[in-house]
Amino acid sequence: METGVTILIGLFFSVAVYLMLSKQLVRMLLGIAILGNAVNMLIFTNGRLTREVPPLIPEDLYVPATATANPLPQALVLTAIVISFSFFAFLLVLAFRAYQELGTDEVNEMRLAEPENDQTPPQGY
Amino acid sequence: MAGSSQSVDLALAMNVLPVPAGDWLVVAPSLITILGGSLCLMLRKNTDLQPKLGIGFLALLVLANVGLLIRVLDTGMITMVMGSWLPPFGIAFTVDTLGATLSLIGSVVAFCAGVYGAATVDNTGRRYGFYPFLLLLMTGVCGAFLTGDVFNLYVWFEVLLISSYGLLVLGNDRIQLDGAVKYGVLNLVGTNLFLIATGLLYGIFGTLNMADIAMKVSDLENPASGTLATVAALYFLAFAMKAAAFPVNFWLPASYHTPNVVVSAVFAGLLTKVGVYALIRVLVMILPASRGYLADVISVVAIATLMTGAFGALAQSEVRRLLGYLVIAGIGAMLAGVAVGSVLAMSGAIFYAVHSIIVMTALYMAAGVMSMMGGSSDLRRLGGLYQQNAAFAGVFLVLGFAVSGLPPFSGFWPKVILVDAAFQDGRAWLGAAILVSGFLTTVAMGRVWIYAFWRGGPEGTPDGQSVSGMPGEPVQLAGAAMWLPLGILTALVVYIGLQPEWMLELSTQGASGVVKPFGYLRSVFGGEG
Repeated sequence: METGVTILIGLFFSVAVYLMLSKQLVRMLLGIAILGNAVNMLIFTNGRLTREVPPLIPEDLYVPATATANPLPQALVLTAIVISFSFFAFLLVLAFRAYQELGTDEVNEMRLAEPENDQTPPQGY
Repeated sequence: MAGSSQSVDLALAMNVLPVPAGDWLVVAPSLITILGGSLCLMLRKNTDLQPKLGIGFLALLVLANVGLLIRVLDTGMITMVMGSWLPPFGIAFTVDTLGATLSLIGSVVAFCAGVYGAATVDNTGRRYGFYPFLLLLMTGVCGAFLTGDVFNLYVWFEVLLISSYGLLVLGNDRIQLDGAVKYGVLNLVGTNLFLIATGLLYGIFGTLNMADIAMKVSDLENPASGTLATVAALYFLAFAMKAAAFPVNFWLPASYHTPNVVVSAVFAGLLTKVGVYALIRVLVMILPASRGYLADVISVVAIATLMTGAFGALAQSEVRRLLGYLVIAGIGAMLAGVAVGSVLAMSGAIFYAVHSIIVMTALYMAAGVMSMMGGSSDLRRLGGLYQQNAAFAGVFLVLGFAVSGLPPFSGFWPKVILVDAAFQDGRAWLGAAILVSGFLTTVAMGRVWIYAFWRGGPEGTPDGQSVSGMPGEPVQLAGAAMWLPLGILTALVVYIGLQPEWMLELSTQGASGVVKPFGYLRSVFGGEG
């Protein structure tokens, strides 16, 4: 099962990289959202996949009776989902504000901080 | 719940002994800043109270870090596990000399920035949360320096990143939004790369505790295998992006000159250095064999970064953008230490990190004073500042010499060590690059000093005449809240330059703790180590 999911993750990564190479900010943001999901699936798969064995311990035992799903990657992915979601939300608002203020979502035209024909520093002393 | 008759020895899985009182200092920096940040956030409408609260909590943070460093020097490394679960099950905070030193210097710089911010951040900036963001940024920075768990390191990185976004767009100017878009997107990609590498590392070793991974790596038959080298290369790319090393440095000069000058000062001092720290921790301590495998690549990147920084600085006429390139040049010097990887080189890199944290923050603060006095931060429009304030001209010259690595200031000693280590390792080009970059930095800083301070007035002023400030603009005077932090940091620069022994001692101890992490492993796993 890992092999199939791995191929899917690879697909996600390629889509994400393709979108992030775009000059349109909106597409880059979509790429970042997909990248976040690709990373989450990668962590999840790295914890090894098992089917339908929740990591629960029966009431009268101290250790699970059979091999169960690995709970740690689930915790990691949960953390990563929360973080990447909040960052995505922030970047969405930031991109919208930038679009409002700068009038463009094309990154090549966002040259306010680094003007294109910047003056050279003073020559001579 | 589990009312069974089986008896289980909890001491196998949990720390059943009470934590010694002094060890609580390990979590104090994070706790103080989270509490202070929340309190400031709740009281953010009260703009008069904000600086007092913020500076107070930052002072507490400095005290806690002083206590922590003294305790680490006194009793050796300290490990504390969350929820009392023994490592590798619980998240461990492991404090060694390296982490404690950087955490202390970082908090001193943040304290100075808090004081400086009282003068430069207006009421709007205070209401939108300058102090809460600064405190929460320090939560992330100190947490990253003190944690002993790779995934936890990622979480601290995100904490400091989201706070830095808040600080970066504080004024909501057009230029800030432009800079923040580039900073935001590229840094998020960087942390995602970090997370990918961490996921793969977990897949290989099944653990996230740094000491546990380091032990498992050293037990491997072939620690320089291709899989590990891939993970190490990913880590290198991710942290190089965070540290603004050459091919992935473009977000830094695009954004660091846009926010309020005190925000730039904090960023230049702390953020890139956290990236370098993580690089040292992961490549030098956890994956030493893969670092050796990548040494030539790191060396080339270091040389390119040193040169990009120095030439970039020469080509700028805006003082803050010029300083941004100097940050990059400093990163190159620290990467040179990582490329060599010996105890000597690492002590040079750690010393340089401390120096760079102090001097870059001080330089940005000085740039803020310059633009306030001269009415501009463009070298073409500055001039005659020596006439206005000769003492400040002296301070700037000291900082310029320090960042170029000239004696007797703090930049001199780490550069000597790094060049020495590079030559000992047979990397003559690396040593030469550090020296050439230092020379070019001297030229760049000399130009700033000549244009802004030495000549009589802005471009076009005839020789022999002196004009103060921009014509038609009143000359603003910087208040004590700006001079005090600048003075503290400059005094530190001079003091470390004249009395480098204690700093050398600290950085050598930190370096040997990273290159030979026996003490680190013993601290986490106890006895046998």
